Amino acid sequence: MKYAAPTTVDEAIGLLAGDADAQVFAGATDLIPQIRSGRPKPFTLVDLKKIDRLVGASESGGTWTVGAATPTSTLTGNASFAGAFPGLSEASGLIGSDQIQNRSSWGGNLCNASPAADSVPALFACGARAVVAGSGGERTVPVDEIVTGPGQTSLANGEFIVEFEVDTPPANTADAYLRLIPRTEMDIAVVGAAVRVTMDGDTCTDASVVIGAVAPTVLRVPDAEAALVGSTLDDATLEAVAAAASAACNPIDDKRGTIEYRTQVAGVLAKRSAKIAAERANS
Amino acid sequence: MSRTHVNCSVNGDAVDFLASDDTSLLDALRDELGLTGAKEGCGTGDCGACSILVDGQLNCACLMFAPEAEGTDILTVEGIANGDQLHPLQQAFLEGAALQCGVCTPGFLVAAKVLLDNNPAPTETEIRYALAGNLCRCTGYDKIIRSVQEAAVQIGAST
Repeated sequence: MKYAAPTTVDEAIGLLAGDADAQVFAGATDLIPQIRSGRPKPFTLVDLKKIDRLVGASESGGTWTVGAATPTSTLTGNASFAGAFPGLSEASGLIGSDQIQNRSSWGGNLCNASPAADSVPALFACGARAVVAGSGGERTVPVDEIVTGPGQTSLANGEFIVEFEVDTPPANTADAYLRLIPRTEMDIAVVGAAVRVTMDGDTCTDASVVIGAVAPTVLRVPDAEAALVGSTLDDATLEAVAAAASAACNPIDDKRGTIEYRTQVAGVLAKRSAKIAAERANS
Repeated sequence: MSRTHVNCSVNGDAVDFLASDDTSLLDALRDELGLTGAKEGCGTGDCGACSILVDGQLNCACLMFAPEAEGTDILTVEGIANGDQLHPLQQAFLEGAALQCGVCTPGFLVAAKVLLDNNPAPTETEIRYALAGNLCRCTGYDKIIRSVQEAAVQIGAST
């Protein structure tokens, strides 16, 4: 393998265009274990962290721009980011240990394309967009359109994510993310649920409900969103949210959780996340 | 196989080494620089036995490619004592018997040092969360946690 550390987006595009067997990486926290467990080694390792646009988070004109290789510890440690996006911040902070947090990034978490990626449901719920660069230039796409299946993305050969855009939430809007793992830290989500709501007093006027680790990709749950909008998050509404989330599940059966367990827990976490998000939106 | 000439600072000394591009920083530290304090427990970022500081940030050396170290300032467990005087964490681990086989110890010491540098008086819960990325298969964690608490007291008393 050959290591390359381009310092501009154009330089990275050039490296990737001339080398079909190149692999971009940010923190390498998924890449290195995958290579060690037998995944074919790429010929060229393209380290994206030396490109200024890929690292850093800033807000301008009502939109946050977050470099795709920005360590998640940078985001959780940024009080103004964490204040604007409490759920996205807590989801980002759940990726691995402190050691991993200093390397893990949204770009890597998304493009590794694990159904259980913690930051991804929260990115969906916040309506994040990905700026994708390649030899054809740059295009901006909703994060929902990047992952197509376990380990699979819609990115063309030679394309990579430069940065994410997330609009600052409107007034009385907040998000929350909950995940279930068998221990307190350092495990992969059995189920994750992100919810964002906008409240007008006691009434919900907009909602995003997204669940993870219960299907080949992270899932938006339109039926749960429809149940929340116009409601006061009364018990009947929350039961409808839980039922819709459970109904959307298509999980695997493995040592972390059975199909029945994941399906039930998805409903419970969606309901609880909705309550937390609503409390935050009104506080 | 490409090899890269890497220049960096390790424990305050300017060093340079040649490393194959797919070598981990952990292997470079151990095999090229002879710094065998950081250990390979799992090689996948789960156990923290290879914990080091890179530009002040806690990292698993097994999850870095050696060429990524170019221009960085690295601290390993070999660099945390002050000459012959052990770091209060090292002293507390010895006195508190917070180790048996010792493989995890360098990682725990480095991770605990970061914690105490940033939070001189952590609660037990804060210590447990901060050290969640470090696994010990011998002592269990109680003596380790107590030794970190003791070191915090000692550092507080000496400053």
